[in-house]
Amino acid sequence: MIDSALRACLVLVALWGLIGLLGLLRPLSIAFVARTLFPLGALCGLALAVVAAASLTAPTEQAVLAIGLPDLPMHVRRDGLTSLFLFLLGVTSAGISVFAAGYFRRGEGTAPGLLCLQYHLFLASMGFVLLADDAYAFMVAWETMALSSYFLVTTQHGIAEIRRAGFLYLLLAHLGAIAILLSFGVLQGGSWQFTFDAMRHAHLAPHWAAIAFLLALTGFGAKAGLVPLHVWLPEAHPAAPSPVSALMSGVMLKTAVYGILRVTFDLLGQPEWWWGLVPLAAGLFSAVYGIVFAAVQTDMKRLLAWSSIENLGIILAGIGLAIVFHGVNMNALAALALIAALYHSLNHAFIKSLLFLGTGAVLHSTGERNLGRLGGLIHRMPWVAWLTLVGALSMAGLPPLNGFVSEWLLLQAFLFAHEVPRAFIDMLLPLGAALIALSAALAAYVMVKFFGVIFLGQPREPALAGAHDAGVLERIGLAWLAAGCFVMGLLPTLVVGKLLAVVKALSGDTLTSAPGPWWLLVPLPERRASYSALIFLVALSGVVVLTVFAVRRVYHRRVRRVPAWDCGFGRLTPRMQDTAEGFGQPIRHIFVDFFAMTRELPSPFDTRPRYRVVVGDRLWKSLYVPVGALIQRIADAFAWVQQGRISTYLLYSFVTLIGLLALIL
Amino acid sequence: MKLMDLLTQALELIAALAAAPLFLGWVNQCRAWLQNRRAPSIWLPYRGIRKLFYKDAVIAEGASPLFRAAPYIVFGAMVLAAGIIPSMGTRLPFTIAADAIALVGLLATARVFQSLAAMDIGTAFGSLGARREMMVGFLAEPALLMVIFVASMISATTALPAIAENLATQQLALYPSLAFTAVAFMLVLLAENARIPIDNPATHLELTMIHEAMLLEYSARHLALMEWAAALKLFNYACIGFALFVPWGIATGADSPITLLASIPLLAAKLAVTGASLACIETMSAKLRVFRAPEFLASAFLFAVLGLLVHLLLGA
Repeated sequence: MIDSALRACLVLVALWGLIGLLGLLRPLSIAFVARTLFPLGALCGLALAVVAAASLTAPTEQAVLAIGLPDLPMHVRRDGLTSLFLFLLGVTSAGISVFAAGYFRRGEGTAPGLLCLQYHLFLASMGFVLLADDAYAFMVAWETMALSSYFLVTTQHGIAEIRRAGFLYLLLAHLGAIAILLSFGVLQGGSWQFTFDAMRHAHLAPHWAAIAFLLALTGFGAKAGLVPLHVWLPEAHPAAPSPVSALMSGVMLKTAVYGILRVTFDLLGQPEWWWGLVPLAAGLFSAVYGIVFAAVQTDMKRLLAWSSIENLGIILAGIGLAIVFHGVNMNALAALALIAALYHSLNHAFIKSLLFLGTGAVLHSTGERNLGRLGGLIHRMPWVAWLTLVGALSMAGLPPLNGFVSEWLLLQAFLFAHEVPRAFIDMLLPLGAALIALSAALAAYVMVKFFGVIFLGQPREPALAGAHDAGVLERIGLAWLAAGCFVMGLLPTLVVGKLLAVVKALSGDTLTSAPGPWWLLVPLPERRASYSALIFLVALSGVVVLTVFAVRRVYHRRVRRVPAWDCGFGRLTPRMQDTAEGFGQPIRHIFVDFFAMTRELPSPFDTRPRYRVVVGDRLWKSLYVPVGALIQRIADAFAWVQQGRISTYLLYSFVTLIGLLALIL
Repeated sequence: MKLMDLLTQALELIAALAAAPLFLGWVNQCRAWLQNRRAPSIWLPYRGIRKLFYKDAVIAEGASPLFRAAPYIVFGAMVLAAGIIPSMGTRLPFTIAADAIALVGLLATARVFQSLAAMDIGTAFGSLGARREMMVGFLAEPALLMVIFVASMISATTALPAIAENLATQQLALYPSLAFTAVAFMLVLLAENARIPIDNPATHLELTMIHEAMLLEYSARHLALMEWAAALKLFNYACIGFALFVPWGIATGADSPITLLASIPLLAAKLAVTGASLACIETMSAKLRVFRAPEFLASAFLFAVLGLLVHLLLGA
């Protein structure tokens, strides 16, 4: 029996690494790698989740590992925040690994054994990011995470587009890493001690603290896909195999949330209220921007990637709101906003993993990622369809599922934002709630499009008739995550109680009282606002069952099946259905200023008319292309240095040597 | 007074279920009068629903179970909403399960299921209706939420019964912010209930329909439930409006059953006036093009924001 949770977590994380290495023993054997090692990895994840959940409220533990460079040992630490994110990592990866066990096949890019190594290294590095307690260990883990996921993204490296996506990802990951490194550099505050403990005790001048915060926000924001650092996300997440997309969207993005919380509330200690405005504004903008773009996508995985940008935006808005409240000593509301952000992190991990895995099952069964070539799969793949429906409804923020709870909590916090004692800000903050509501409502739009176009209607291609449902392992993975959506939705008081303990240990903020009995969520009793998902579900299903029973009893249950009526037009073909482009058309019309659109319209005389619309990211054109061109110009200007003659280079060496000598003497 | 509370709850539910088609009939009747037509019987919606229940259900071959389940879920959601909204008394045991924000979520659930069901058969009209319905939904939801925010700020709670009670029991005060938000709410009500100028409940013209386009493939008991649910939705919205803006006469506290009984004719009177004014608005305005809907609902949102700012500036 292991007495220390920290030790248990370390062992489990190391086990992941070991499982990955085992994959190299028989790299081409699917039976060994997929059917044995991945389920073992899932068991590890499950164990990690159990250990982490049990240690949520346990006292903080610290240790020094005897690995690393001489004189530079690695420090590890486990507190409530670490446990919470380890739980998220473990519980989500358990489902994803089980799914992956049934998903990976031979002949798809990287050999299975190598894939297994990269996959488990990715998991282990995420675990170690959460456990690290000095800047050195943190950066090593952070970079391992970025690199292993880069190799996973480029699994199908034969495709040029995927290589490009991988490169873009690597580039922005490193820009972010530089910002984080600089932030740690500021945080050590002149002590030149890079352990987190030293940073906790360093006294920073207010402007240096603000700079450290903004650098950390930039660095972690790049990982979280905060607009305008989001461009890699819709490229890289869809390029990866679906279980990896699920891990990246569901879990890896959360390490950025963890990082921001760690730096803001733990290492910096006392954030000032106005810092919160930055993540709040950026988060709200990301939320709306992300979901608007999600609505016009035609590739199902790209749609989900954009929706991740929205969700991370909502989480960051919650964190920003918490910082504002914390800074003006409105502790109960600060706790509420932070709980909402953490709750949404957990929810998004379950939901987005579930949806990505659902698209993976569809992709494997049909070979199509394009929404315009799918449809009607609810008949062919009922398991995947109904389980994905749970995820889609949760993502749309509908009660009684989990996505609604966190949005409800966040709106409750926003509702009292006008009591912030700062002029003008108090009037602007409530409008943030409107943006949250807008993105939630748009999320419902996107999810209707996502689910409706893939699973409902008629198959748009004849090939879809051969689609088959997912295998047993894949079903188990999907069902595990869907069950998570239900449990998190139906027992919010339990979750909020746990999160409250974490928040209290992290920032010192706490609610005025316990969040209510187990069946009723009452976060702010003095406001009399309450929500009970259980009553909700019981009443709704009660009314539905009663209605079904009454209608059948009083009248009859006769049903005739006939061809679709369709207003009597007849000859209904699958091509008459709305396409993904068509479903996004109102959004393109209403939010026209968001997009860089190019249209190719046919003239009336074209014998083979062709209609094409390409929706581009305006920020790419207005921000990234000019910056890239600028760097290119600077590089060109420096290029004259390279004369290509050996004598010139010797001259450079000579001049440098003289210069250095002059400096020393 | 636990028994009394349960009684109030049951009474409200039954009243909503029974009176919703009547309210729709009343609106239709008023509209016919204003348009110089012979008015249909006020009981016509009941007859329509009863007739549909007796018919054989005709379902398209490509329909999935979702298509058959959706009418029950939509209907169930509307009944549930009727149980949450205080229309006669504020002592409703069920309302602890959901505040005003959860109510918005509940209405969104109904909308999503209706849209998904509309896409299920795979007809052009179905998905067209679904897409437009979701468009109106995402435009209206922020406005509705802002309306609820203003009302919640005045009463410092998002619980609907508490808002109604607070407004009904305090001394008569003028809230300019509520005037703005009431206008916003009216616009949202028109849009969400598929009324002119956003949609026309009486049309089946392909280019303009929203709500009807989603119901085209439904027949018999499923159609009956969908229509009943639509009537309930209109009734519910009217009752939300009463609870937020004119809750006077609602039975508050643990009074005798007399006040509860007295609230019934008051509710009927409020509904009658609302129905007549709805008919007036619908008669006097023309239907907007679909892509004018964003402007219409943006103005609703701006009215709500004005209400918010007025409240924050004047504290009233």
